Amino acid sequence: MQKDQFVYVTYIRTTPEKLWKALIEPEFTRQYWGNTAQESEWKPGASWHMKAPGDLLTDSGEVLEIEPPRRLVLKWRNEFIPQLKAEGYSRLTYQLEKEGNSVKLTVIHEIEKKGSKFIEAVSSGWPHILASLKSLLETGESLEETREWPSEACK
Amino acid sequence: MDAVFKALADLSRRKLLDELRKENGQTLSKLCEHLDMTRQAVTKHLGLLEKANLIAVVWRGREKLHYLNPMPLHEIYERWIGKYERHRLQALSDLKKGLESAAGRIRSGGQTKTKNQKTK
Repeated sequence: MQKDQFVYVTYIRTTPEKLWKALIEPEFTRQYWGNTAQESEWKPGASWHMKAPGDLLTDSGEVLEIEPPRRLVLKWRNEFIPQLKAEGYSRLTYQLEKEGNSVKLTVIHEIEKKGSKFIEAVSSGWPHILASLKSLLETGESLEETREWPSEACK
Repeated sequence: MDAVFKALADLSRRKLLDELRKENGQTLSKLCEHLDMTRQAVTKHLGLLEKANLIAVVWRGREKLHYLNPMPLHEIYERWIGKYERHRLQALSDLKKGLESAAGRIRSGGQTKTKNQKTK
């Protein structure tokens, strides 16, 4: 296999529409994703940015596929850690499937490279963010430690 | 959560997870190569792991690829381990690893057998 990839699946008691909003709208992401906000026109080919407080550009890319509230594919590159930025673009896929009272959320993050530091870095971050997202949608409260942008990451 | 503990309470299934930890995204055939089990047994174990959401599956053409899904374990971790304990636990775990590997080096340099090496 010529690429590094991980696949995370979590079941969240919510509707696909609510989960879709929670994945992209700043009002939600700020609560569970380190106080970050994403900017995009959310249509194929549109540019995509993620910003932390203080206008710090953390990641950027492009919307590759968008089909609300079922599927979103982004081209994604880290912007604030030179070593990770140098690895170039990765590809992130969100897939939302209704299953009973829940939504099965599949997150696939991949890069055309073996031994990617970027994939290693995000693979430990995602479970935390997704657990907090689940908590926010199910209980109304995100996990406390995910609400602020970690100061040690702002180098 | 019952499904997760049940799925984990079996040596063969934990071995399958170990294999995916080493190399993520393997097919059934590839997984069978490393394990002393019939294809049917591996299929059954994978089914239980998938049901417990410990394994995520992605189809690539006709190939079914299996990925280790840490989300259920992360939920267990969130439930019983507080945010202030994380760093202390990490420090203790690093200390344990450091001391055990140093002890292993000393022992293998001497006469004693390194029996503890395989416990991980």
